[in-house]
Amino acid sequence: MAVYLDHNASTPVHEDVLQAMLPVMQAMVGNPSSLHRFGRLQRDTIERAREQVAHLVKAHPDQVIFTSGGTEANNLLVKGMAASADINRIAISMVEHMSMLEPAADLGDECAVDYIAVNKDGKVTPHTLEQAIMPDTRLVSVMSANNETGVIQDVRTLAEIAGRKNNWFHTDASQAAGKIDVSFKGWGVHAMTISSHKLYGPPGAGALVIDKRLPLHALLHGGAQEHGLRAGTENVPAIAGFGAAAELAEKELSNRAVHALHLRNALEHGLAQMPSVTVFAQNAERLPNTVQFGVQGFDGETLLMQLDRMGIAVSSGSACTSGKTEPSHVLKAMGVPGELALSSIRVSFGKDNTIADVEKLLQALGEIIDTISKSAVMMAATV
Amino acid sequence: MSDKHPIYLDYSATTPVDERVAEKMCSYLTRGGVFGNPASRSHEFGWEAEAAVEEARKNIANLVGANPKEIVFTSGATESDNLAIKGVAHFYKKKGKHIVTCKTEHKAVLDTCRQLEREGYEVTYLDPEPTGLVDLGKLEDALRDDTILVSIMHVNNEIGVIQDIAAIGEICRNKKILYHVDAAQSPGKAPINLEELKVDLMSFSAHKVYGPKGIGALYVQRKPRVRLEAQMHGGGHERGMRSGTLATHQIVGMGEAFRIARQEMEVENRRIHALRDRLWNGLKDMEEVYVNGDLDQRIPGNINISFNFVEGESLLMALKDLAISSGSACTSASLEPSYVLRALGRNDELAHSSIRFSIGRYTTEKDIDFTIEHVRGAVEKLRELSPLWDMYKDGIDLDSIEWAAH
Repeated sequence: MAVYLDHNASTPVHEDVLQAMLPVMQAMVGNPSSLHRFGRLQRDTIERAREQVAHLVKAHPDQVIFTSGGTEANNLLVKGMAASADINRIAISMVEHMSMLEPAADLGDECAVDYIAVNKDGKVTPHTLEQAIMPDTRLVSVMSANNETGVIQDVRTLAEIAGRKNNWFHTDASQAAGKIDVSFKGWGVHAMTISSHKLYGPPGAGALVIDKRLPLHALLHGGAQEHGLRAGTENVPAIAGFGAAAELAEKELSNRAVHALHLRNALEHGLAQMPSVTVFAQNAERLPNTVQFGVQGFDGETLLMQLDRMGIAVSSGSACTSGKTEPSHVLKAMGVPGELALSSIRVSFGKDNTIADVEKLLQALGEIIDTISKSAVMMAATV
Repeated sequence: MSDKHPIYLDYSATTPVDERVAEKMCSYLTRGGVFGNPASRSHEFGWEAEAAVEEARKNIANLVGANPKEIVFTSGATESDNLAIKGVAHFYKKKGKHIVTCKTEHKAVLDTCRQLEREGYEVTYLDPEPTGLVDLGKLEDALRDDTILVSIMHVNNEIGVIQDIAAIGEICRNKKILYHVDAAQSPGKAPINLEELKVDLMSFSAHKVYGPKGIGALYVQRKPRVRLEAQMHGGGHERGMRSGTLATHQIVGMGEAFRIARQEMEVENRRIHALRDRLWNGLKDMEEVYVNGDLDQRIPGNINISFNFVEGESLLMALKDLAISSGSACTSASLEPSYVLRALGRNDELAHSSIRFSIGRYTTEKDIDFTIEHVRGAVEKLRELSPLWDMYKDGIDLDSIEWAAH
């Protein structure tokens, strides 16, 4: 079987998580809104998962609003806040996921959007944030960790600055939750996005964790589920799986991090021997499982295809923008030259990867670079 | 399901996942299965997941006579309704801001329309006939030059009546007005052929057809092409109409559920129809019981009955061994009488005394016989305690009484 090194795109469901989902899927019937016994059991299942998810991110269960995933949670936050009469201007970082950037771009006249720059390490500095907040800005959003580079932001400091300037603060923790310590309370944020399928839970579930004072409007209408903030019959099996995955992630967090860091160090050690390779944001604090690098003079798509042929699954960056030929907006914001950005490869490790996987990747990469360089030299010689 | 109590007769609220569906879903989750992100373009994990998604899309399209390219996946029928109605309203707002719907629609349609009213749109809420069906003449009268959308459901979730969506579609198409149908309750129960229907948008749900919760679809017609403003942004999945990582296992589950429905619906519906007849035949000789909605223009699995002089909530409590409801699950926490039955012209008392029985794949004759016996017993007992019932039996016309104010 091929080696899967694309865990930031999606993780396989943990075997224990599947075991938690099966009885909900197979043996339990009922709509959680129904008053009969079947319905009440479904309701209890949701509430248990709400506690598990809240516990992982150190929030109160009442603050967890389940959605169909991270994308919906981010859309709910951006559009649901912009719909409030109090919010006429927001500031978001330039390196956010598309599910933040695109709804923000769609806001139109009702709400102005300012984009917060990052430095060459991919970080929002306290100074840039101060500059980006205008007198009428009321909401700031900076992600906890980037999906491409893995760069971790200093959310607590940024939230404090935003708060001092009378702003609500949201952080998209889809990639951070389950990989590093995440604390809704400790960071002092007012809203946080999390996703199930990035932490060995099933796709189809996510959450927006909110401070109850947030002037948030619903996006989906047609039922009073989730405190009226998210209509629609709850996806109970996926929510149960999300809960189980959150509990496991909390328990295994440090083991997973140590293991991933071990693999990441081995990979970066190997990459350091390849002169044409540049690791992005190498000096910044990054997620333990993520390495994004460029190979000077190579086309990223070609590299990916060669690697796939050799049984290694990686990506150039976000799966949600995969298939596009534009250089990554994240790398662009960091000032990485377009050509180098187009050669980028993202490796994201998971708990089941081994050091042999790293070796296989390094060897394959070495071979591809060698072969293509040689044929390029030969081409040059014949011309 | 038989011999286990309570007996589940709430298939309109949600269905259990068919074992064949659940089994298939399980192979799209863990490391041993196809777990990739279908949006991943750079490796076989992503391609395999994408192939599974496309296979499911075909199965769904096949059941309803659509082209797979016309199927957009969502998180469920509620999202499909929101996307269809807001998507059309926002895209065509320069053409007009008037929408026509019916008072008996699901909350996902009605609440979405209310939201659009807050945004400056105008909505006409048609009254249905006492049968629950929309009068085509009245619908036609409600259409205006600035009407951009008609949203009338296929099968009602509370009373199970089937609207004439073919005729409604003709009317709308003649006037160049888009037509959306909430068909959450119909796949596998009432035949749908979108190739022939003049329907532009149709909402589907998986968990009403023995598929999983958390997944649905919106049919968006390609010829003539219907345009929508996306409601969820970020990645441009589903041809830009609905962003967000596709939940492969859920989509696979929905596809399998629709495939099974197509294969088995004819035989299954005959069996379920017979069970419903058995239930109604066992109850209809009771005094003062009424079927709500047209009995013939109705899906086989639903019957909604009012037991006059019995309070619905008390009846539900007395029937603890039956998992039934007084109406929609989505409004079941409220003690208000059903707005659907009120719209049919039922008075508060009758609306308050109604029970929806919905029969499905795992219901047995034994379940039905048990239900008949229990309902008869409970109704009799509650009526014995009811002063209103005594008065009725004494021949007093209750409508003529002027009640003292408290």
